[in-house]
Amino acid sequence: MGRITLENITKSFGTTEVIPPLDLTIEDGEFTVFVGPSGCGKSTLLRLIAGLEDVTSGKVSIDGTDATMVPPAKRGLAMVFQSYALYPHMSVRKNIAFPLRMAKMDPGEITRRVESAADVLNLTDYLDRRPGQLSGGQRQRVAIGRAIVREPAAFLFDEPLSNLDAALRVGMRLEISELHERLKTTMIYVTHDQVEAMTMADKIVVLRAGHIEQVGSPLDLYRTPRNTFVAGFIGSPKMNLIDGAEAAKHDAHTIGIRPEHIEVSEAGGPWSGVVGVSEHLGSDTFFHIHDTGLAETLTVRAGGEVGFRHGDRVSLTPRADALHRFDDKGLRL
Amino acid sequence: MATRHSRSAARLMMAPAVVLLLGWMLVPLTMTLWFSFRKYLPLRGGDLGFVGFENYGRFLSSSSFWPAVQTTLVIVGGVLIVSVVLGILLALLLDQPIWGQGVVRILVIAPFFVMPTVSALVWKNMFMDPVNGILAHLWRFFGAEPVQWLSQASIPSIIMIVSWQWLPFATLILLTAIQSLDSEQLEAAEMDGAPPLKRFAYIILPHLARAITIVILIQTIFLLSIFAEIFVTTGGAFGTRTLTYLIFQRVLENQNVGLGSAGGVYAIILANIVALFLMRIVGRNLDA
Repeated sequence: MGRITLENITKSFGTTEVIPPLDLTIEDGEFTVFVGPSGCGKSTLLRLIAGLEDVTSGKVSIDGTDATMVPPAKRGLAMVFQSYALYPHMSVRKNIAFPLRMAKMDPGEITRRVESAADVLNLTDYLDRRPGQLSGGQRQRVAIGRAIVREPAAFLFDEPLSNLDAALRVGMRLEISELHERLKTTMIYVTHDQVEAMTMADKIVVLRAGHIEQVGSPLDLYRTPRNTFVAGFIGSPKMNLIDGAEAAKHDAHTIGIRPEHIEVSEAGGPWSGVVGVSEHLGSDTFFHIHDTGLAETLTVRAGGEVGFRHGDRVSLTPRADALHRFDDKGLRL
Repeated sequence: MATRHSRSAARLMMAPAVVLLLGWMLVPLTMTLWFSFRKYLPLRGGDLGFVGFENYGRFLSSSSFWPAVQTTLVIVGGVLIVSVVLGILLALLLDQPIWGQGVVRILVIAPFFVMPTVSALVWKNMFMDPVNGILAHLWRFFGAEPVQWLSQASIPSIIMIVSWQWLPFATLILLTAIQSLDSEQLEAAEMDGAPPLKRFAYIILPHLARAITIVILIQTIFLLSIFAEIFVTTGGAFGTRTLTYLIFQRVLENQNVGLGSAGGVYAIILANIVALFLMRIVGRNLDA
């Protein structure tokens, strides 16, 4: 069980309002990702759910009961911190057992739970080491172990992968997704990395300056971004946004087209430009096209074998059905 | 760049400091050892030649030796306990965000800037004086008979004065240690269901272990040789004669340099025994 509802909550630090009134429901068993640029209030929102910060007004309910005034330990939630927050003077075993010891659980039961968690997370060989003797990925797993032994109603992750190197991050991303498949527990995950959001989430919540810009499944957000902010934030590389005369042709203030929805050829398309930097990834090539008369640069995805060079003049054909139209307030038409 | 050339240059550069430090330590040590084997009475015949281990025997068999050792250890231990315990509490308090934090911190450090002689005199005359002291007034206000601090409770009084001087040092070191604790660890412990007292016992105290060790080791070095506080308050009376004070009395009051020097060698041995015990008990905190 772990259905979390936020009703009309706000948070202010002094006179600065970090979270304006906000409503959100997270269904039981859902993997929800809060994503947004740094300083958008996503970590604050997570800490409000955890109880590490008090809401200024509004109501937090967990499984239908009002938890607004309940201290963090009594909310039945477990949190994995960005710095892992392992206790450096305790062995891995004691770290994982700590919440159970605090709950005054029977020692036999503690041992059983710690060992099964270690088994799930491949930590069995490291139980007697100190956190300082572990690699980043192993520390991350210990932090997750400390969360799962409590069998919480929901897991809260605060940018847990941002301290890992790129290869490890991909691996841990899969491990966390697998853990969610196995446990079927509600998870709330905060990140600024839209790739993590797209690959892991059942539901993405895009935040900007404390406001929820859009809530939806990864593909919803990709296909029908509600405004230009979400359009630019979700998808990699970013969507091309074009203002002015070209947009007016489509009865819009701004039009958006994703790099993967533009075809690049030698001649014959409605748009044209000069190739600037091209990034070859092997499977794909990203061209940055200048002098199109539409926007400063347009990013275009092509196959890995397409061989245009710096300074070549190319022709571009946008896919008409993949065009996004926005009004002068940036909202989708 | 640890080439042979740079290494010999480094030795050359360090040589003056090493020579100075060695001289600083070796000259007084050698002189103490030299005099401890001689009968040297400055006002009663001067240097009267070698007497072997006679000085050592006389110092050890004196009825004031073991009480002096005991007093030394009681005062050192007492001050360590008071300053570390209060230091931790004060550091926890000063770590809280309060209005005027900077001023409060400077005020807390202030006693450390006061000379030992001055602070002992202030305590003796302004706080502990049985007639005009603030403590006497306080006692009388509650209708109690004022305590004659320096004669009736001499050792606790000395411990109080010295602790007051060393509390800022302990507080300062422990405060910086507390400030280096990652706040996410405390939040994690809070999420894990640890109430404030358990967070202190399981997270903060282990984190402070190394700082506490440093405070204990450094303070012990200085506390073994406290002198001014005793000299200006009790003058070694009422059971406050430490080993340091006994040596002072032998050399200057009895005018017996040889006997005092032998006492000095015993003081070195005592300091080493204390250091050995301390390293065994708390020294392992410095590893890792």
